[in-house]
Amino acid sequence: MCRRYQKHNLIQFLQDHLNIRLPLELVVMEKMTRVSTALGSAAVGGKTMFCHLDAPANAISVCRDAGQVVVAGRNIFKIYALEEEGFTERLNLRVGRKPSLNFSCADVMWHQMDENLLATAATNGAVVTWNLGRPCRNKQEQLFTEHKRTVNKVCFHPTEVHMLLSGSQDGFMKCFDLRKKESVSTFSGQSESVRDVQFSMKDYFTFAASFENGNVQLWDIRRPDRYERMFTAHTGPVFCCDWHPDDRGWLATGGRDKMVKVWDMTTNRAKEVYCVQTIASVARVKWRPEKKYHLATCSMMVDHNIYVWDVRRPYIPFATFEEHKDVTTGIVWRHQHDPQVLLSGSKDSTLYQHAFKDASRPVDRANPEGLCFGLLGDLAFAAKESLMAGEAGRKPGYPGGDRRYPIFFFKKPDVTEQFAQVSSVLSVFEAPAGGGGGGGGGGGGVVGGVGAGSCMDWFVETARLYLLSGKPFAELCDHNAKVAKQLNRPQVSTTWTMLRIMFSEPANLGSSTNHNIGKLGTLPLLNSFSMKELSSGLNERNKESRQDNIHNLEINVNNNDVDNEETEGSEGQAEYVFGDAELDDDDLYSMEHDNQTEEPEYTLPQEAFPLRHEIMEQPAAPELLEKAESPHVSGSEAESSTGGGGACLTPSESVSLISVSQLLFPPHLPPAFFGPVVKEMLAHYAEQGDVQMAVSVLIVLGERIRKEIDDLTQEHWYMSYIDLLQRFELWNVSNEVIKLSTCAAIGCLNQTSTTLHINCSNCKRPMNNRGWICDRCRQCASVCAVCHHVVRGLFVWCQGCGHGGHLEHMRSWLRDNTHCPTGCGHLCEYT
Amino acid sequence: MNVNADPHASPSTYPICSVCQKMIFDKEPSRSIHRLYSTGPSSFIPEEEVRDSIRHTHTRTHTNSLPFFLCIQIVEAWSLDMWVVEPHAELLLAELCSPTGRLDHLTQVMGLHPHYLQAFLRCQFYLLRRDGPLPLHYRHYIAIMAAARHQCWFLVLLHVQEFYRIGVCLEWLKGLQYANEKLRNLNTLNKILAHRPWLITKEHIEALLKTGENSWSLAELVHAVVLLAHFHALASFIFGSGINPDTLTPVSSYCTCELTGFGQLEQDILLSKSPESELESLLERMRRLREEKEEEEASEEEMVIRFEKEKKESLFVGSTDFDDQMISPSRVSRFVEDAAFGYQDFARRGEDNPPTFRAQDYSWEDHGFSLVNRLYSDIGLLLDEKFRTACDLTYYNMASREGVDTSMLRRALFNYVHCMYGIRYDDYDYGEVNQLLERNLKVYIKTVTCYPERTTRRMYDRYWHQFRHSEKVHVNLLLMEARMQAELLYALRAITQYMT
Repeated sequence: MCRRYQKHNLIQFLQDHLNIRLPLELVVMEKMTRVSTALGSAAVGGKTMFCHLDAPANAISVCRDAGQVVVAGRNIFKIYALEEEGFTERLNLRVGRKPSLNFSCADVMWHQMDENLLATAATNGAVVTWNLGRPCRNKQEQLFTEHKRTVNKVCFHPTEVHMLLSGSQDGFMKCFDLRKKESVSTFSGQSESVRDVQFSMKDYFTFAASFENGNVQLWDIRRPDRYERMFTAHTGPVFCCDWHPDDRGWLATGGRDKMVKVWDMTTNRAKEVYCVQTIASVARVKWRPEKKYHLATCSMMVDHNIYVWDVRRPYIPFATFEEHKDVTTGIVWRHQHDPQVLLSGSKDSTLYQHAFKDASRPVDRANPEGLCFGLLGDLAFAAKESLMAGEAGRKPGYPGGDRRYPIFFFKKPDVTEQFAQVSSVLSVFEAPAGGGGGGGGGGGGVVGGVGAGSCMDWFVETARLYLLSGKPFAELCDHNAKVAKQLNRPQVSTTWTMLRIMFSEPANLGSSTNHNIGKLGTLPLLNSFSMKELSSGLNERNKESRQDNIHNLEINVNNNDVDNEETEGSEGQAEYVFGDAELDDDDLYSMEHDNQTEEPEYTLPQEAFPLRHEIMEQPAAPELLEKAESPHVSGSEAESSTGGGGACLTPSESVSLISVSQLLFPPHLPPAFFGPVVKEMLAHYAEQGDVQMAVSVLIVLGERIRKEIDDLTQEHWYMSYIDLLQRFELWNVSNEVIKLSTCAAIGCLNQTSTTLHINCSNCKRPMNNRGWICDRCRQCASVCAVCHHVVRGLFVWCQGCGHGGHLEHMRSWLRDNTHCPTGCGHLCEYT
Repeated sequence: MNVNADPHASPSTYPICSVCQKMIFDKEPSRSIHRLYSTGPSSFIPEEEVRDSIRHTHTRTHTNSLPFFLCIQIVEAWSLDMWVVEPHAELLLAELCSPTGRLDHLTQVMGLHPHYLQAFLRCQFYLLRRDGPLPLHYRHYIAIMAAARHQCWFLVLLHVQEFYRIGVCLEWLKGLQYANEKLRNLNTLNKILAHRPWLITKEHIEALLKTGENSWSLAELVHAVVLLAHFHALASFIFGSGINPDTLTPVSSYCTCELTGFGQLEQDILLSKSPESELESLLERMRRLREEKEEEEASEEEMVIRFEKEKKESLFVGSTDFDDQMISPSRVSRFVEDAAFGYQDFARRGEDNPPTFRAQDYSWEDHGFSLVNRLYSDIGLLLDEKFRTACDLTYYNMASREGVDTSMLRRALFNYVHCMYGIRYDDYDYGEVNQLLERNLKVYIKTVTCYPERTTRRMYDRYWHQFRHSEKVHVNLLLMEARMQAELLYALRAITQYMT
């Protein structure tokens, strides 16, 4: 800073430039202010109260002794007295029959030294001062009409009686000496509109100005020719700035970019020391008296609350005042040494006094825990330290396969700190690598809480291998069933088979696959299962599989263990599920608890045979379906029921049961009959987290089921599945899904950013999109650079030089050469 | 793939539209349409002028780099994001983005002001193609709806083509009643916004947002509003500059009158004033105003009266040429419902007028921006950039004079448009408008902003005779932006009121 004038030269300067002739008084004044404010603070007390104004307020200002407040707006200009019980109107300054635009105030300021002196900024560009000491009704004292555009801000010098500063839309700031008729100096920001001007509280000569283009300038009042310093504070307009009342170097700025920034101006370059991100553009910012780190903000749009922030904790407001119903336009602390009472005016035509004790504290209501899943099943969890300590004491059964990384955050206790002491713990749980086969739960593997869907390999594999179109329906189902089976997801596999059975035409069915029809009779249900396999499986492995299942049950609970499930367990389980899906009563029984859609018959005694007879009376399909999906009700639930009830299933029994149900199976059922059930099943899969299944079935079944499910649900499933696929970078699959979807909203997903801009390889001009003939140079652009024939099919080209040709030709050429085959000299690269 | 296959173009049906026939045969049967620049990008501006200046722009900005060099640059970067880095590639970007693969006429004419074009394209690109709340085909359909309100065949055709490319819901193109209900609900907002934006209330917003099958979300609505305002204003520009449809459309398929009006050029008017005197007097008036400002200050009442006077006076401007009831039949009518709903003056004689909109109470910078940007991220920045560029654009010359500060004139144009829409600036002396804008210009302004489809070549030619075409395009840009901002302000204010 260029400070040519030293302290003792002040008198000289004032006489030279501003015609202030009372230098001694100045010093005395400064001291007096101190004394009186110190005394005054004791007198202020306050509670939350408000009064209605007649019109929206644009700005408010409070008089030095905190006894009165002035409210100014387009249609209001009044003074209210602040009393213990409420506001009382003291004076209406809008006088005259037809109030002029000079009364339409954008800003108002009460002089902090002279109780009778007010200044307003009018929307028509006038700066008006008012003397309350005038004996007549019209208190207007002086009128400066030097600004061409709206004046956004007026500011009295904090210690100098006669000095007034204004900032206007026209980009100029003017300094007025109130004893003169016109401005004494004009400062040109050389940029756009001035939004705020503020005298520094501590440096006598300095003021800050904020601009619409995001800049903040520092000026020396003695040097109107150029600013002392300028920096860009925000993107977009800086609506307000405020000097820290105690710390001379700190300036807070608020902008349209929703930020409040605190700048340290003592260093050579303005340094951003704190930054608070609010939720709406910041209209006003005011430091809280006596609290070094606190400031109050209000916003210009959308958000009506007043926030008090501790700048060191920028993520959550320290306190909030939520009284206003429309945007708050003016905030001011009632007394410059009292941090407890805040006044505010608003567009909703009210004037409020907020007492700090009534403020709401968002931090008390905030959720102190955070939880987030990683892509591969990792889980991060943050919580208060105290909470976590308790948890750790109880030693929850975190499986051995998981690793925990507790990270502790501590905050140093600070005596002045008003926030509750906080320290939190962040734990990261890593999923075990390479879980293979998707845990014991099989199909619904993602469900089971922390770390359950530990490995998503099954998802990726399934997505890759599934066929969704291009073959007859039955083949698609078979294929997918096989895929699911290979991946140890027997439930899913069974579902596919069921679907094929249900929706295939009976004629088709016969021809479609089965080798075992003869053996099993005409039962369509069992077509796809080899009876031999079934019986042998049950014979040999029943015991084993039971054990495995019990084992798996444990695994499921513990959510770990990779090794166990890779062996026979899984295969045994396949049979198991089959039997399960068919006939296991215990399973039905267990379903009754968690599946409310159950029909009443199922609640009958769990004895196997009577129930079976009941079923026989019914068309069998719905139950079968219900059962088919039962294992997915929840992985562990299904397991536990099989673990318990499976024992009663002897091989012979199960075979005989099957043969019984064969006979009762109605030969032909219209596919429509299955609609509601399939719908339920899909919803169930989606509910369980296996949206892949839901979407795949939806696509494969196509028209057969689409009408059953409402569009929004379908869209939701598609979106979820596509999102998952894209997270796993399965772009091809996701695109196929998008393509096959029938929802309009999904269909246009791959319409975004799909434009491919092509330039002609000869003339380098953009091609229009009609074929491969460049309409500028009349040449075919898709000629192979190696064989000079027109390329049909795959055309590969260098993105550097634009030349290319047949994939094979280019590959072989670039195997031996590094330069472009056209001879253009470009070093092409083939990857 | 033939993208511009529009089954509804039905070229042979309207060789000459009926309005034109009426004009030609009823009123002035003897006159022939002459001096139409029907082949160039604009029917008002000679083709050479546009092409020259584009070439100039290129060579000015890149003295040693030919356009095609830039082209390669773009292709190498292979990402449209690069235009942030290389601003002068705008023209080529436009070329790349346009469905026909070449600069369309609109871009060519706007290219007279490359700085603005840059902001404009960036904004339009974002609106139509980047991530946003509305699906792509909705965006183009809204564009069609907006353009159809002003019977702007140019834009309708362009976006019908774009809609075809997307290839979903093609039956919507049969007309508005084939579109889904959600879009049809937007029609009310569209027509009010296009013709009488001051009538928009929060009830309109409420009706669209109320929960139900076809309700709009706030973000979608804001996107739609911005699109509507953008294309209404763009239609103004297109008619105001007499932009011809691109040659890809069969020339024979439309009557030139739709774009140019009937193009009689009254030579006598051209010659009536000596060119110098007009410019001189304008400059003189500007100088005088500047001096006056420092001397005397008009009283408040005077200012109010001046604003009201301008507002009232705008009533008499322009509406004489045409029958108010005349609704021209056209091929875009299938996208229009309630076609009778047209412009009515903001301040109607002897009626209760809606209250004046105070610009200081709801301004773009403070309020509009925040709202728009909150609900549809980043569009605020782009629009802000566009408004700013349009308002600050100057070459410091007027006609043959150089080194002139045109800010006063630009502000007068901008505020005059807002005045017609009932938006008042406290800090503006509307007496200036009267001083600076001659009657013919006012007629032109009023026509272009309020019912652009009636703009004629004659109106365009009758003001500012010795000004360059590029300057008139500049005027047009200002009108377009002022109109867009006015529409946005009204719509956004209603949304704000709804939200509080």
